[in-house]
Amino acid sequence: MAHRWGMVVDLDSCTGCEACVTACHAENNIPTVGPTEAARGRAMHWLRVERYWEGDFPDVKVKFKPVMCQHCDNAPCEAVCPTYASHQTDEGLNAQVYNRCIGTRYCANACSYNVRFFNFFNPQWEKPLQLQLNPDVSVREVGVMEKCTFCVQRIKAGKTAAKAEDRELKDGDIQPACAQSCPTGSIIFGDLNDHESRAARFTHSPRGTKLLEDEGTAPKVTYLQRQSWNEPDTQ
Amino acid sequence: MNRTRNNPLADDLVRPLLHTSVWFYGGVLVLASIVACGAAAWAYQLWYGMGVAGVNWPVFWGFYETNFVFWIGISHAGTLISAILRLVNARWRRPVTRCAEVITAFALMIGAIFPIVHLGKPWLFFWVAPYPSSRELWPNFRSPLVWDFFAINTYLIGSLLFLILPMIPDFALIRDRTTGRRQRIYGALALGWQGTTTQWHRLEAAMQIMAVAIIPVAVSVHTIVSFDFSMAHVPMWHSTIFGPYFVAGAIFSGIAALIIAMAALRRMLKLHAYLHPLHFDNLAKLLLLMSLLWGYFVFSERLTVWYGNVPTEMAVFWSTQRGAFAPFYWTMVVCNFVIPVSILSFRRLRTIPGVVLVSCGVVVGMWLERFLIIVPGLSTKQLPYSWGHYAPRPAEVVIMVATFAAMALLYMLFSKFVPIISIWEMKVGNQPHPAVSADEDEERQGLWRARP
Repeated sequence: MAHRWGMVVDLDSCTGCEACVTACHAENNIPTVGPTEAARGRAMHWLRVERYWEGDFPDVKVKFKPVMCQHCDNAPCEAVCPTYASHQTDEGLNAQVYNRCIGTRYCANACSYNVRFFNFFNPQWEKPLQLQLNPDVSVREVGVMEKCTFCVQRIKAGKTAAKAEDRELKDGDIQPACAQSCPTGSIIFGDLNDHESRAARFTHSPRGTKLLEDEGTAPKVTYLQRQSWNEPDTQ
Repeated sequence: MNRTRNNPLADDLVRPLLHTSVWFYGGVLVLASIVACGAAAWAYQLWYGMGVAGVNWPVFWGFYETNFVFWIGISHAGTLISAILRLVNARWRRPVTRCAEVITAFALMIGAIFPIVHLGKPWLFFWVAPYPSSRELWPNFRSPLVWDFFAINTYLIGSLLFLILPMIPDFALIRDRTTGRRQRIYGALALGWQGTTTQWHRLEAAMQIMAVAIIPVAVSVHTIVSFDFSMAHVPMWHSTIFGPYFVAGAIFSGIAALIIAMAALRRMLKLHAYLHPLHFDNLAKLLLLMSLLWGYFVFSERLTVWYGNVPTEMAVFWSTQRGAFAPFYWTMVVCNFVIPVSILSFRRLRTIPGVVLVSCGVVVGMWLERFLIIVPGLSTKQLPYSWGHYAPRPAEVVIMVATFAAMALLYMLFSKFVPIISIWEMKVGNQPHPAVSADEDEERQGLWRARP
């Protein structure tokens, strides 16, 4: 059966440390744009940790929510792209083909999660930082959109390795950079069509919710809600 | 065609083609340099990247898309109004039609530049066209941007035909009144027009077909432009009212632009004998009607959003009603509704200066309307963490100003090379004053009965 890649983020164990954000930048050659451009809203983070505060000081609760491309089954970005740069792969990935993109930025407007980013300028790395670029990931040029790929290069590598060793792909063989670097193991990646995989089991957890589910986008990322020891469980 | 000689009508209307004042050269120079600044700004953006514009995350569309919708809206003045007036055979239309149709042609060309300017890779704009390419890929027909491509091109081709067809007899007239190089050029443009009965009938049949065909095209074009927004899940974009709302707004801004253009022509080319207060009065009534219609649409849109009270939409609603965008919003309401209704409702105030003043306000108000549709929705989308702001940067402002200069420049050059008032249609009316009945004159020439 074809794979159907999905992800689960446990908000209960997420500490908001942003190791995933750093790992994502390093893995995917995401350029940093500098303070001036970042202040203009040109910073690129395929994965970001959203922070929400509840209540007034000193009774404040902070909530963290790592948000990346939700790889929607019914993705609004795909329908609006005039050149099929944004499209759904057979394995359920919401792919972005950089060479097809002409930069209308319509996909970014249509995306309810604002997880798509535009290369406003050509990316630059101060020497010798260009030497740490990941050779498995193309560097995007000015004028194209980019976004979380679920580390498609690692998915490809994992499948190739399994094929070379003439075996089936096991759950846990493939780890995107964010899942690999999460110290509390809050990000779980796997094949949703493999019902035994951790990701598939957590997807059906009673704590599981989708982000902006009422938009009808059918995301493949599931968030496990926080549970409080002090309050009665409302689940 | 000797009978055309010593004809005061033709003399008046061909004069601007043959005599050029120093003011004309000065005007062309000033406008052309502004357009050159715009071209330089675009070159600057091409060189450094889209980042020199103010668009950002999450407001990925800004001034360029505002101007795109605005100019496509302006283009609805001409062809649509002219086609309707032709079909209902409104006699006062004769001096108005051509200057209206020219607005359509140029506003469309200018508007169609913006979708290219706003691209991250403008040199690949033709990838939205369906052609057998090495990529072995059709454009995505589900994308409203592809619909735009077809709609705008259809409208542009239709409008150009609609503009050029009735110019043929006038080219022939100029050919017969000039000598040398002018005669050769206009002779070529006249496409061998001899003024035979068959030719007149063919022209009239063609005009009739074009007038009927262009109306649904014009309506569909701005509906499809509105689909760019209403098809997306952005709060206060995703609305069923957008199609008719955009079309009404487009005609509204188009009439305002037409009134400004007519007033400028009347003054600069001394066409007082052809463009009468009556024309401005009639167009002002149409403007008043569109203002009321526009007010009705805005009221319906706002009321349903407010009553529905959906949180994501309310964030956008309040940002325009009393938040950061409120000054622009209320300026728009004053310019598009309060001023037009309070001035145009009274016959004593519907003078030419009064109507032109109102029209200038409407152009400003409609530009703001397009801006307020696009930007607030994007800056307050569903996830509050990703809310943002937008402010234009110099490149966007310069390019925008340059397009206004380009419109004026193209209009000036057009009125230099083509009679801006259709001479043969005026002759058919046979009297420049529209208040006088044209019936007898038209009846006398049975030839003209089939005229649209």
